[in-house]
Amino acid sequence: MEPYKKHESIAALMNRNNVDTDQIIPKQFLKRVERSGFGVHLFHDWRYNKDGVTENPSFELNNPAFKGAKVLVAGDNFGCGSSREHAPWAIADYGFNTIISTSYADIFYNNCFKNGILAIKVSQAQSDALMQEIAANEGVKFIVDLENQEVITPAGNGFKFEIDPFRKDNMLSGLDDIGLTLKHEDKITTFEQQHKQRHPWLWT
Amino acid sequence: MKKTMYEKIWDSHFVHQEPGQAPLLFVDRHLMHEVTSPQAFEGLRMANRKVRNPHSILATMDHCVPTKDRDLPIADPIAKKQIETMAVNCEENGLNLYDMESPENGVIHIVVPEHGFVHPGMVVVCGDSHTATHGAFGALAFGIGTSEVEHVMATQTLPQQKSKTMLVQVNGVLSKHCTAKDIALAIVGKTGTAGGTGYVIEYAGDAITALSMEGRMTVCNMAIEAGARAGMVAPDEKTYEFLQGKEFAPKGEAWDQALAYWKSLLTDEGASYDTIVTLDAADIAPQVTWGTSPEQVVGANGVVPAPDTFADAGKRLACEGALKYMDLQPNTKMTDIKIDYAFIGSCTNGRIEDFRDAATVAKGTKVAPGVTAIAVPGSYNVKLQAEKEGLDKIFKDAGWEWRDPGCSMCLAMNGDELKDGQRCASTSNRNFEGRQGKGGRTHLVSPAMAAAAAAAGHFVDISKLG
Repeated sequence: MEPYKKHESIAALMNRNNVDTDQIIPKQFLKRVERSGFGVHLFHDWRYNKDGVTENPSFELNNPAFKGAKVLVAGDNFGCGSSREHAPWAIADYGFNTIISTSYADIFYNNCFKNGILAIKVSQAQSDALMQEIAANEGVKFIVDLENQEVITPAGNGFKFEIDPFRKDNMLSGLDDIGLTLKHEDKITTFEQQHKQRHPWLWT
Repeated sequence: MKKTMYEKIWDSHFVHQEPGQAPLLFVDRHLMHEVTSPQAFEGLRMANRKVRNPHSILATMDHCVPTKDRDLPIADPIAKKQIETMAVNCEENGLNLYDMESPENGVIHIVVPEHGFVHPGMVVVCGDSHTATHGAFGALAFGIGTSEVEHVMATQTLPQQKSKTMLVQVNGVLSKHCTAKDIALAIVGKTGTAGGTGYVIEYAGDAITALSMEGRMTVCNMAIEAGARAGMVAPDEKTYEFLQGKEFAPKGEAWDQALAYWKSLLTDEGASYDTIVTLDAADIAPQVTWGTSPEQVVGANGVVPAPDTFADAGKRLACEGALKYMDLQPNTKMTDIKIDYAFIGSCTNGRIEDFRDAATVAKGTKVAPGVTAIAVPGSYNVKLQAEKEGLDKIFKDAGWEWRDPGCSMCLAMNGDELKDGQRCASTSNRNFEGRQGKGGRTHLVSPAMAAAAAAAGHFVDISKLG
């Protein structure tokens, strides 16, 4: 995983609630056995016309002002539905590394941090202000500073955000979760032996 | 301290917590299918890591598999590759796999209980959000992403934040023709799809304990549709009876030991939950969704709502969008909505009881002209049992297609799908836009409701069937 660095990027706006993972990456694209190559299919059914190739100009992310955006400001309960990690893979592959929403589905939220996507939670008032700022000034750039847990916007709608310190450290260092856990392999082995004594039928 | 069942299971699986990090939770069972696992195996190989406990894993092929002409090669080359990759990964790592040719093959959340692989008190994970199904056994079962699949394979643990607890209490007795599916949909209708976010749900009350194990699995299966990663039901005599004698259930002395442990898992009298939601089963009518989110649901005796009936601006906007996508007008009676397709199956409603329920309604009927109806058993074992009981004949005589098992039209990855604009009465779990095929319109219902709609060509209020 790439370490997450402070950046100034275009913020795209997707003012829809309950965007589900079936929309983020429709099931016909889940058959690949690799992690890469999903970005071109991100939001496929909304993004392309019926021919599946030409872009649907009325889809918000096809707005030329949002090209190259790394920040996505989205509606409530973003990423609900399936556990498919193909959703954050597609989002990251498309070029986003930051999502700002009032709320996320649990599994999707976890999946984001495993793939270098910073999912920031904001209040409804903050979300409304950011959405208004983007709508009034399409192509506006936000500064996202994970180290200081801060987003800065030209119109002064910036804010500090909360994040789990463990997630923050991993994002900043690009650390591998599995490697971290395996530092405690002795503890896992001890637990496993005790667990086996308590529940021997699990191993029969 | 008085504890809930969730807290007891959590405590008994807590391995370690490093300051500033998430607690590590031990995982007893790891379920797998072909869609969310290949990149995890690839990750293990790249890091030169091994599967720590191969015996903790049970794998199947379900999402991509065809439900007819199984003797022919898979037509879709990318699906074929995914299936082949699964077989190679399981072979290389010594994992138990029910492949397409196995008589035990089926949808992961159907075959796992058939073999007694999940017991009360276990921590169970799978790269699939409907893993919550196994909470019906009093286990903590939840869906994970592919990175976490890799993590569990390598370490047998998962860094996890503890969830809040929600008690969903369903009191009273269900009316005739109402099923576990109607309870599940009514709960999502009440909580909303984000109401359970951050929670683990425990389902309780007379209407829940009265359900069979199959019914409890249906209710827990849809915990994720309320936003909760896990749903669970306290184990009882029905649970023990279901498990006894199954392949992976404890035997002999170990059974008695296990049973004593299972009985200790129940939520302590007086333990508190962070939130309590109460429903009266008698108020639950046969449910039908009208929109593109499972929370957009009404009774079959109801009408399509108008956007201005929602006080919340977000819900009003969602209603407008859903009505446009679903091509429905406000105040249309649900029973006036015509269908093109009916689907019975999925990890929500692909069990033997579901086909019995549907067959009772389908018996002696004919699928309405212009309607395609497919019955897809959740596993070969379900299929075989249904055939022993003559249910296949009832469906076939009524004009239904009787298929081989798989996820099929629940998420339409395998070629079973709606065409643009087609409308389906579906026993699956999600009515998201395009879920059953681009432009397809899904109405979630119980198996009996799907059978009645197939025969009538439109939704029917089966509570009026007598």
